[in-house]
Amino acid sequence: MTSPNFSVFWRHTIWLIASVMPALILAMPASSQENTATIIAPNTSSYVLENGLQIVVLPDHRAPVVTHMVWYKVGSADEERGKSGIAHFLEHLMFKGTPSYPDGEFSKIVASLGGQENAFTSTDYTGYFQRVAKEHLPLMMEMESDRMSNLILAPEQVAPELKVVLEERAQRVDSSPGGQLGEEVTATLFPNHPYGTPIIGWEHEIAALTQQDAFDFYNKYYTPNNVVLIVAGDVTGEEVLELARNTYGKVKRRFDVPTRRRAADPVIKTAKTVTLIDARVQQPSFQRAYIVPSYSTAQPGEAESLDILINILGRGASSRLYKSAVKSGVANGSGGYYQGSSLDHSRIVFWGTPRGDNKVADVEAILDQEISRIIKDGVTGEEVTRARKKMIASSLYSQDSQESMARTFGVALTSGQTIRDVQHWPEDLGKVTAQMVQDAAKKWLVKTRSVSGYLQPLSKSKSAEKEG
Amino acid sequence: MQHKYRPERRNTRTMVMTLSKSNNAFFAFLLILPLLLISTQLAFSTQIQRVISPGGIEAWLVEEHSIPILTMNFAFRGGSSQEHKDKAGLANVLSAMLDEGAGDIKSQDFLERLEDLSVHFDFSTGKDFFHGEFKTLSANQNEAFDLLALAINQPRFDSEPLERMKSQIISGLKRNARDPDRIASRLWFENAFSNHPYSQPTKGTESTVSGITAQDLRNYRENVFALENLKIAVVGAIDAVSLGIALDQIFGKLPDKAKLKTIPAADLKISEARHTAFDSPQTVIRFGGRSIDRADSDFVAAYVVNHILGGGSFSSRLYDEVREKRGLAYSIFTHLMTLDSSALYIGGVSTRNETAAEVLSLVKQELARIANEGPTQQELDETIKYLTGSYALRFDTSDKIAGQLVAIQIEELGIDYINTRNKLVSSVTLEDAKRAAKRVFGDGGLFVATVGPIMN
Repeated sequence: MTSPNFSVFWRHTIWLIASVMPALILAMPASSQENTATIIAPNTSSYVLENGLQIVVLPDHRAPVVTHMVWYKVGSADEERGKSGIAHFLEHLMFKGTPSYPDGEFSKIVASLGGQENAFTSTDYTGYFQRVAKEHLPLMMEMESDRMSNLILAPEQVAPELKVVLEERAQRVDSSPGGQLGEEVTATLFPNHPYGTPIIGWEHEIAALTQQDAFDFYNKYYTPNNVVLIVAGDVTGEEVLELARNTYGKVKRRFDVPTRRRAADPVIKTAKTVTLIDARVQQPSFQRAYIVPSYSTAQPGEAESLDILINILGRGASSRLYKSAVKSGVANGSGGYYQGSSLDHSRIVFWGTPRGDNKVADVEAILDQEISRIIKDGVTGEEVTRARKKMIASSLYSQDSQESMARTFGVALTSGQTIRDVQHWPEDLGKVTAQMVQDAAKKWLVKTRSVSGYLQPLSKSKSAEKEG
Repeated sequence: MQHKYRPERRNTRTMVMTLSKSNNAFFAFLLILPLLLISTQLAFSTQIQRVISPGGIEAWLVEEHSIPILTMNFAFRGGSSQEHKDKAGLANVLSAMLDEGAGDIKSQDFLERLEDLSVHFDFSTGKDFFHGEFKTLSANQNEAFDLLALAINQPRFDSEPLERMKSQIISGLKRNARDPDRIASRLWFENAFSNHPYSQPTKGTESTVSGITAQDLRNYRENVFALENLKIAVVGAIDAVSLGIALDQIFGKLPDKAKLKTIPAADLKISEARHTAFDSPQTVIRFGGRSIDRADSDFVAAYVVNHILGGGSFSSRLYDEVREKRGLAYSIFTHLMTLDSSALYIGGVSTRNETAAEVLSLVKQELARIANEGPTQQELDETIKYLTGSYALRFDTSDKIAGQLVAIQIEELGIDYINTRNKLVSSVTLEDAKRAAKRVFGDGGLFVATVGPIMN
């Protein structure tokens, strides 16, 4: 479907991560599928080195491979105003070299060992990872800890990389009407908070970034005390701790990291709309975004209630929107998602594409009806149970992948959540009642706190504007 | 519902097998239980078992009990290339319809039952194969098998879901029609393969999809869903005996023989260029030419050479020249495609309109260079190290293992391939690589499709 939310930017290739609640990992017997007392990844161990670096180890001994991830607690929302894109640009530049591993040696070594690597930047975190046979883990840890404080850059490396980033932006945002609209909806939804700035940066600001900007950012945020190291795979906690002491442990705490206090948004009091009319659009569609609390900012139980609410309303064939908009023949597709993990406030987004002669306004009217119905009449206990069951089951599937295990913990720990929050998520979901879901809808799905985005074809724009 | 026919079906099938498949008759008669013929050892302590069901259906199984889930991948030979060109997109519509009601269960109930049980069905089609991916929690395994059996054997194809799915697909086609990447790929395939079935868009066109009927779906299913062209791989918490019973339940009713039309060898056009005008800041370029078959003795060497040219994600000649040195693109790639009736290589890149000509000439220069000179010994050594070292990473989730095992069966590489593959890659010599480079990239032919403003 129209998926304009690039929540993560990658160094290479586009891997769009589902922007719902992070995939979670459980270890539980097959029979206890509904057991909300289940603890996710109970064999997780966690340590903190003297220099402040946090370590999380997620053992999975099925294959002799490991996923080694370093997460810096810094993202695009930590950028200085006017320097948008610097977090992502630095992420690209981190592969250029150090005195010990100059000129892209890092990637060459990873490749020669049969390893795979990538890096990604989001609003609240920047991550680097390698997937290798377990015997290569020590070298990965050595190289990754090396570039934590020893980055060197040459102008002839920086200039082409800036062009690469501009091409990345052109390819992923400017070549796609959906990408452009998504950027504008986000900017409107967060008028003052830096979440409103695109992760990849505004084109004119990217173009003006310099080597010095990259170093300034590096020297403000890249330090062991701002890092969560996650190792998942065929290892034990003690092994990793020992290796980490000999690698990351030797990196000095470089400086104190500024508290992540971002400019807050005012309370939105008007329903806003953003419209993109473009010759490339063939299928009109809409999205509606509401500002809501994240797992980190919510009152106890509130984020879990929002998660269940969005499931009941907009996820899967048993959801209310699917039945009333899609099954009824009004829409080709309609649903919603909740971006639950973020350091500051977050969003719930609904979307829809009309079918046949139906208009965007027809699908939107159904969305409004369904939201009003939940606010007025609430949901049933059965719906809550069904949603919870689905969510816990899907997290069981992601236990199959050490990479998603690592990512779940990485996202949570760099977005203000704790290991406890991840591990006890099923239990927390189990506390949600139908009343809590209704209360969350009443409190947060208020149209005057929303932004609606419309994609419209060029030819029909005039009539569509009237309908909208 | 779930245990309705299982016990007697097992015996019936066994009897049928003793009559109709003489080479399996001995086993089928002797062993009601599935037969464990060969076990092969993965480098990472995973055993592949060849399971033959009481009914004679083969599947490769990796038994893994540490997580209570089960993944099954399967593929029928005969993908979108089996479609008449007026019905292009038929297999894709079928892939969307198999979870939209089956047996006595109508669409909405079927979908909700899948959701309530957290069972995942995912069907898709390629040019030569129709794929199925199935996943269930072990706790729900029996109900999940029942639903899969129904979907495979008794899909309903009711008109409400059929119209809904067609409408969704057409909506997607309209969107793709304005997506420069999609336009470029389609432009390439439609013209490079001209009138061959491979030139038809896998998802069809608005007009072909509109004309697809329930009867078309039934015909396609009857022609393509058969035992002789079916490959199955299973990973998860199930033993060979239980799997054998499930295989018969799910697939045992299918006919032995498929009715596939023969696809003629494709005559790939080269040395041509097509352009579609499109208003965008970037020009999308697709390029490609003839390659060699999977069964060719130089294929592995060609695979290694392609990795050196444009296969590696952060290390390839094209990556270095276009991205690393000049910053002209975010990504650039080439890969080898081996189809049943054609073998080709295809590459892609997007760049600013003003640098499109420069990028294309760099691509041509690198193609010529690797064809004429081959790789260096150092490049070869490094690539072999990467390809052999990273092979294990293709087997670290159930999905990946099942996908690999189906692919190995499709390509008829043998159950032992996992153990021999790295040896095959390591034994590629510089001479082999140079010869393969010349054979794949050396004929000078290149079909180029570009999408963007007019190129100079």
